[in-house]
Amino acid sequence: MNFFTRKRSATSAKERLQLVLVHDRTDLTAGQLESLKDDLLKAISQYIEIDPEAVRIELERDGRSQRLVADIPLKTPSRHRAG
Amino acid sequence: MTAQVITVTSGKGGVGKTTAVANLATSLAMDGKKVVCIDGDIGLRNLDVVMGLENRIVYDIVDVIEGRCKLKQAMIRDKHFTDMYLIPAAQTRDKNAVSPSDMVRLCNDLRADTDFVIIDSPAGIERGFRNAIAAADSVLVVTNPEVSAVRDADRVVGILEAEEKGNPSLIINRLNPTLVKNNDMLSAEDVLDLLGIRLIGIVPEDENVIIGSNRGAPVVTDGKSRAGQAFRNIAKRLQGEDVPFMDLAPQSGLWNTIQRLAGRK
Repeated sequence: MNFFTRKRSATSAKERLQLVLVHDRTDLTAGQLESLKDDLLKAISQYIEIDPEAVRIELERDGRSQRLVADIPLKTPSRHRAG
Repeated sequence: MTAQVITVTSGKGGVGKTTAVANLATSLAMDGKKVVCIDGDIGLRNLDVVMGLENRIVYDIVDVIEGRCKLKQAMIRDKHFTDMYLIPAAQTRDKNAVSPSDMVRLCNDLRADTDFVIIDSPAGIERGFRNAIAAADSVLVVTNPEVSAVRDADRVVGILEAEEKGNPSLIINRLNPTLVKNNDMLSAEDVLDLLGIRLIGIVPEDENVIIGSNRGAPVVTDGKSRAGQAFRNIAKRLQGEDVPFMDLAPQSGLWNTIQRLAGRK
């Protein structure tokens, strides 16, 4: 890391705090969030086909409340064509 | 009169709670209000020295609660403002000597004859903090623009929400405008965005605060101090006045240097 690419410290402070506060507020560690994602994907896959690589599940802050935001693209259903 | 009971808390220690209490109380007294300060930090009392009243203590808050003296006897009158009082913490006891309901009772006894009761909470989120917020009508959370102080402030705000203590207001203390300008300190906007609560004041870092504590004379009595001005503004806001926030642009440059050399700053 040289002088020009180094982030100023306030930016690091804010980014680190954003993550820490989300985990503090939800009482959820990064590891627990990972296993929550895995369980969620397993449950959804039982009903519809999804692309696990394209899934995005994140905790987001909105003022003082947190939300779990999931973006789960479905695999294009292969149509059973007649003939 | 029916007093507003305001608790000043922070989570992390050393962010300036006691300084804030002494300055806000003094400022309210300068505005002609009757103010009673309560030091809630039993075992580690300090509001007395910061206010310059350490030599006048006879009775303390635990003496009142355990019935060894009347409430009035534990109220130490300030040296300069005749309508400002301090109820000191006990130094040789611990937080368990007081319960939340004791604090509610004590504050209710003060309400009829006072404009403002200001409670200095101890650091932490345990018994002493619970005692300090029990009687509060409103809570001020003090933080510094630093990762540890902001994180702890967030915990305290979460607990206040869970306890249905209403929305606390935020004091950002010891902000260094030059560091903020260089993007090496969280700005007030950053801290507000992270914590998501209402702002009531930003106090710039100011060496006069330490000089004031050394003398036992809160910095609000120094008309030239910027931190003093910031605390006086917060006191006005507590009284319902709409005071604009100070311009905290870094004080550097040639003109400022000239003014400083000329002894005007």
